This record gives sequence, C-alpha cells and structure tokens, in this order.
Amino acid sequence: MASAIFKEREKQVYLKGSRPFDLECEKESLAGAVSQRACVFCGSRVVLYPIADALHLVHGPVGCAVYTWDIRGALSSGPELHRLSFSTDLQEKDVIFGGEKKLYSALVELIDRHAPKAAFVYSTCIVGIIGDDLEAICRRVSEEKNIPVIPVQSEGFKGNKRAGYNAACRALFRLVGEGSTEGISPYSVNILGDFNLAGELWIIRDYFKRMGVQVVANITGDGRVDDIRRAHGAALNLVQCSGATMDLAVMMKEKYGTPVMRVSYFGIEDMAEALYGIARFFKEPSIMERTQQLVREELSALYPELQRYRKALSGKKAAIYVGGAFKAFSLVKAFRHLGMKVVMVGSQTGTQEDYRELEAITDDGTIIVDDSNPLELSAFLQEKEVDIFVGGVKERPIAYKLGVGFCDHNHERKEALEGFVGMLNFAKEVYSSVMSPVWRFVPKNSQGMLDGLSSHKEKILRCVS
Amino acid sequence: MKKQENKYVSTTNACKLCKPLGACLAFKGIEGAVPFLHGSQGCATYMRRYIISHFNEPMDIASSSLGEKHAVFGGAANLKKGLKNVCRKFSPSMIGVATTCLTETIGDDVPMILREYRSGIAQQGDPAPFLVNVSTPSYSGTHMEGFHEAVKAVVEQLAEGGEPLDFINLFPGFVSPADIRHLYEIVSDFSLECTILPDYSDTLDGPAMREYERIPQGGTPVSAIKEMGRALGSIEFGRNLKTMVTAGEFLKSRFGVVNRRIGTPIGLRETDAFFTALEEISGIPAPQKYMMERARLIDSFVDCHKYVFGKRAVVYGEEDLVTGLTSFLTEIGIQPVLCASGSKGGAFQESIKEVTEGILTDDPDVRDDADFYDIAIDVESMQPDIMVGHSKGYPLARKLGIPLIRVGFPIHDRIGGQRIVHIGYRGAQNLLDTIVNAIIEKKQDDSSVGYSYM
Repeated sequence: MASAIFKEREKQVYLKGSRPFDLECEKESLAGAVSQRACVFCGSRVVLYPIADALHLVHGPVGCAVYTWDIRGALSSGPELHRLSFSTDLQEKDVIFGGEKKLYSALVELIDRHAPKAAFVYSTCIVGIIGDDLEAICRRVSEEKNIPVIPVQSEGFKGNKRAGYNAACRALFRLVGEGSTEGISPYSVNILGDFNLAGELWIIRDYFKRMGVQVVANITGDGRVDDIRRAHGAALNLVQCSGATMDLAVMMKEKYGTPVMRVSYFGIEDMAEALYGIARFFKEPSIMERTQQLVREELSALYPELQRYRKALSGKKAAIYVGGAFKAFSLVKAFRHLGMKVVMVGSQTGTQEDYRELEAITDDGTIIVDDSNPLELSAFLQEKEVDIFVGGVKERPIAYKLGVGFCDHNHERKEALEGFVGMLNFAKEVYSSVMSPVWRFVPKNSQGMLDGLSSHKEKILRCVS
Repeated sequence: MKKQENKYVSTTNACKLCKPLGACLAFKGIEGAVPFLHGSQGCATYMRRYIISHFNEPMDIASSSLGEKHAVFGGAANLKKGLKNVCRKFSPSMIGVATTCLTETIGDDVPMILREYRSGIAQQGDPAPFLVNVSTPSYSGTHMEGFHEAVKAVVEQLAEGGEPLDFINLFPGFVSPADIRHLYEIVSDFSLECTILPDYSDTLDGPAMREYERIPQGGTPVSAIKEMGRALGSIEFGRNLKTMVTAGEFLKSRFGVVNRRIGTPIGLRETDAFFTALEEISGIPAPQKYMMERARLIDSFVDCHKYVFGKRAVVYGEEDLVTGLTSFLTEIGIQPVLCASGSKGGAFQESIKEVTEGILTDDPDVRDDADFYDIAIDVESMQPDIMVGHSKGYPLARKLGIPLIRVGFPIHDRIGGQRIVHIGYRGAQNLLDTIVNAIIEKKQDDSSVGYSYM
C-alpha cells in the first residue's frame, strides 16, 4: 500500500488508531497524481444544474458544456430546459478578439428561443484569461429581456470544486428576495442541497407534506426560478450536502435571519433525525405527532425487509469514496445497519471538521483519505479485501477491474437512495452487487484458466517471420 | 449536394467533443504511455469520466492541476512536478502531454518546458520516458483533430529513418478496440507485419485482473513507433483527412514512406478497397476466409434488401465514421437523408459525394459544424426511419419514435460500445444485421397483429 501513496500526500491518508488524529485536507491537488476531483466550473454546474426552467449557458470552448450535458439524474416535474447543453463554443478568433459579442448574441438567441425564467452564464478557464466582462453583458441582456441573467464566476482554475459551490451560491443569492412571500405558512422550509436524483426529493417532500410542513423552494433539485426568488419567506433552511449549499444558507441567515438546520436524508437514523429535528424546531405538537406516526409507519414497513438483506450481507466489508464527506457519514451508519464493516472512507473535498467526524464514527483500522486517486484506491481495495465499493463513475472501473462489487452513489444514479425507502433501495443495490455469482469467476477468486492467460501482447505484432 | 449553412450563434447539444480528449485517446493506444493534460484539474477529470462511461475501463489521465497563481505566472513548475510524479508512480515508457485552452492562452512553451525537464533528468541520471507533446487548444478543432494531431506528434517526435524493414504502418483513426483487433487479424492473415497506431484494443478493453495495473498492458510499443520511418508503406483510413497533414503524410515527406489513404473500411466497397490495398502490398490474394465473409455478406444483402429498401436514415458523428456508414447504407438501399458532423474539416461534402455517387438518386443533406439543434431542426420533414450514430442522438430518436442504431463513440446508454465491429466484411455484416433487425422490430412492435414470422 505504501508504494501507492505519493510522499507529498502521506499526510492526507490516516489509519484510524495508528496515531492521534491528524489529516491534511483542503489542499490543491498534487500535479500528476490523477486526482478524482474536478474544477470550480464543475462545482457551480452541479449545484445550479437542476434548476429546470433556467437557461444554463456555458461560456467557453465546447468541452465544458458537452461533458456536463444531461450528466445528472436530476429529475424535473415540469420543464426540462436543464437537460440541454448550451455553449458559446468559443473559437480561436473569439479568444483573440474577445467573446463578449458572441456571448451577447448567443444569450439573446437562446432566450428568444426558449423563454426561460432566468439565465445562468458560466465562465470557464478561458474566459478568466481573456477577461470578457460577463457582468456587463449579463446586465445588458437582463435589461433587454427582462429576466434575471446571472453570471457565475466559475473559471476552472480558480480553486477546486468547493470554490465552485460558493460561486453557485452567490449566483443563487442574487435571485433570493426578489419574489413575493405571500401565502407562505409559518411552518415552512427550503430544501437546500438536494438535487432530486432519481426523484429523491419527491420522497422527502412527501414526508414534509405528511408532517404538515410547507416547502417553499427546492434548492436546487426540481428547482424553479420563481420559488427561489421567494425562498427568503421560509421559516427554516434545511441544508443537506452542506459543502454545496451552506454558503447560501449563511448568506440568507445574515440578510434575512433564516435559521439553518443541517440534515441528511440517507440512512435510517439520519432520515428520522432530520424529520424529528424539523418537528422540534416548529414546536407545534400536531407536527410532532404526525412525524412520530410517519416514522413509525415507515420503519415498520422497512425493518422486516431490511433484515433479509442484513442476514446476507452481515460481515461484508465496504469502502466509500465520495465527493463530499457529509454523505459519507450517513453511508457509514447505513452500512452498520446492514451489519457491514466500513474499512475505508474518503472524499474529494472534505474539511477538517468532516474528517474529524468520520474519525469519530469509524472503527479502528479504517483508512480515512482525502483527495485520493486510482493508485491509492486500488491499493486500499486490495489491502482491505473489500466486498463492495461505493463511489461514482470514475471509481467504478477500479472496483470492477479488481473483481470488487460496486454501488453507484453518484449524481447520475437511477435508484433513489434517500428516505426510508431509499435505505431499502440502497440495501438492494449493495445486495445485488455483493451477492452476484460473477465474483467467483474473477481472477482473485479463481484458479486455472484465467491464470493461464498469456501476455496478450503476443497478439500479432511481427507475427510472421 | 445540398449544403445548409449554420445559422446559429449558440451551440446546443454539441455533436463533437473537445480537442484534448482525442489526444488522450490516441496516447492511450501506446504501450506504457500515460496521457497528461497541461491545464486545470477539471479537464482531466471530465474527460476521464466521459471516456470511462463508454469503455468501462480505468482511464487515468494525469494533470498539471493548475491553480490561479499558475495561470498568472505560468504552469511550467507544475508541469514539471506532474511529470516527475507520473514517472515516480507509473514508470511510463512515454508521457503524452496535451495542452488545453488555458495553457495555450497563457502562452506556456511546452516544448521548451519539456526540454528543460529532460535536461534536468539527464543531469540526475534518472531513466526518462519519452515525452511527446501536442498542441490541442480546445477552441480550435474537435476531438478528431486532437486525435489525428496526437498520432502525428507521436510519429513526428519518435519515428526514425534507416534501412527499410519488412512491415507496413496502419493508421486506422478513431475505431473501436474490436475494430483494431479485427485489423490485426486481417493484416496477419495477409502474412504482413504491421504496426497499428494507436492501438488501445487492450488498454481500453482489457481483461479482468488479479492486480491493478498502473498502466494497462497493450498498446503500440514505442520501439515499433521508432521504426515507422522504415516501413514499406503506410495505409491510413479517412477520406476526410485531405485537409490535414497526417502521420502518414509526415512519414512520406520526411522518410519517403509511401502513404496510401483510403476510406475507413465500413461497408462492402470501402472494405474491398482495403483488401485490394493489402493484396497489392502483400502480393497475395485475399484469404479464402475473407472471401467467404464477403460472399456471405452479399448473400445477406439479398436476404435483407426488401426490409431496408427506401428506408431513410439520419447519420451523424465523426466525419470519417459518417462517410463510411453513408457508403454502407447507400449500398443496401437505405437513403441517407441527413449526414451531419460537428467537425468542420472541409472535405465532408466531397467525401459523401464520393461514396454515394452512382448509387443514390437523391443527394443527402450534408452538414458539417452541426449540433443536435441543427440536426433536429428539419428532421421531421425528412421523415427518417432510423438514426445511426452515438448515444447522444437518443433524445432526438426518442422524440421521433424511431430506432437508434448505436455505433461509434460515445455509447453511454448501452453496454459493449468497445466491442462493436464496424469495419471489414464482418463489421458490415454486424451493422446489416443490427439495422435490419431494428427495422423489423419496429414494424413488429408497431403492428397490431403480433406476427411471429418475418
């Protein structure tokens, strides 16, 4: 394992119990290390992406737009403008003479074509270098078209994904406060940091409805511009995925006094605690009663089903590598419910506070890692003899290549993993990978034929002599 | 040939990818090579993710991970640090460095930085991998230009001259791993020795492993690339390469290696041209095995002709792939109504004309520099029966309610894109069966009868 870790990164890997907790994080990625991280643009794009009635125009060469086209499984109950990929597709002459004119024309053309409620204009690396005045162009188009046109300062090189989250929050904050707050109940919330992947937000909204709590704005899953504009009228901001949206909650607290509650909708305890926390906040006995009933109903349906999976999965070993560390907390607990042991956990963008929390809830011998890469991850999977790895698209082939099960817990997932039903789906997902018969045939578990696989480079080259 | 000018300023749902992605794919086809992007971290990660979703294989692309201060003061230090780290952990035989829009625009002189890095290594006495660099600003050209320019850069920077040796070079362009394996088979059956560049047939379609390979086995060996200047001749696929200086053209002008450019061998006639070339080079007739494949293909052309005749197809993707597919569809009696590519190479109209002339009575609408908004705009009036192209056409096919025949790259919504055989008689057979069955299936599903014979 040691040989897989770059010297410069040794302090970003911690083995629980080996020494007093000490883990470096929030550093720039090491050049040449093949980090799993993306960039500032990515951070902004993923946060704002699900706002379904806004135009999302990427100002830059075509790549940034095309790699984020329909990339998230963020569902909409209405318009689907967010699923299209818009770009100014900058060419050499635009880079030389500036891209402002093209940006203006593209914005006007697309707003006329799609009549969006607002437009977000993302700057990319190149825009930061050539110095297009996004603010001025956006202001001009906003006045001409009479909709909010908001620049997102997301030049890829200006920090990491977290800086992108912040840029997205600043863009969102420009919308908040613009709409009327009429008709908003005193028992009302905004849902921040849920992106409605596989329709998860609808599960959560249903719980709130059953509790008698009104949702003012989804930020940003199944998001609508007009809802966000009146979000300052809500009594409480619920923040999941805190890395992505906490900055907005803090800005709203400062300007509008909206209180903030951190929640997670993953796993049984965290889901239940989120609902009870909301009920406690509103101090309304009927809400608490309905919440208790809801949790009771959901759990009585869930437990017997879950026991079946637990029986099969008990004792299996899991590894977790995700974008934000907050999700990892819930995953550690969820695996515990399945009787499984988490032997490795890491994230792309965790903070000191996040990793301290992870250290607190994991067992001795667990590897905790920040901003990892395929070399390390593959070494950890082997060393810890992992049965299932939870991660995203870039982690999947690492697991599969080594004959290790995998659970997609990423932004393009098709299975809802939030809520009580999400816990069951998660158990099914894990079960359907871990219990597959295919693992008995992979090289690490089979002798004979596959060991005889000759070096496949004997193929043809210079084959005739 | 009808030609529609692009009337729009904005690009919607692009039918192309950016230039560095193509370079990374090409570098991935060299033995022991690590693709390296000089730019911000996101580029490498986005491209890795995009490529992984097609090939289902690890795809490591290193990055110089530039931050704000590097954008201001230059990325040389981070590039060198990144190269050193890649050398230490991957022990590569070659690192292929491609630039991005960021580093092209801040003006980093990559060849000079690499020279400095090399001389630093030489002083320390460490073994050094070959370093190849290619300029791939994302705002100039598509992934295909990036691919071809990376192949050329590799040859330009590594190939040497000398006494001719008894082998040929083959530059297949961007085909599937299964296509590359099929090419090796064909060429070896002609008793020819051959260097295919690039060859990602193993690196992007590898076996299950016991240990994680830092760099997957396979790829064109650097030693073979060095000898490419001494080949008997080169074959390169792509009618649309006319406007480019390719690796094959470079070897011709630098070392006098004869370059034979033919269309990507998709369908009967383009494959015939490839086999003819091999017969001429090897001096032996095409092996019986392939003549039987060809004869079976024609037999199935006859079996299938009524199901496909007069059907109308929209074909989109890379210019050379679209040209090959159009050639094939034309042969079996399908009318390509729209041939579209996001590239703007300049030879596309002419290439489509070359492969359809004499068979098609109605010229297709040919559009380069097209996005899916352009493709969709008049498509309903064209009344297509099928679409042929990569996964990104699915939303349109779904809207039109017609089958999408998935070919090329990327195939993000099905398994097995890396295993599709497009080329040769075998590839044509595979395409024919897939297309005919899609048409029959559609008819069967739409029918109220539920018939169980064709």
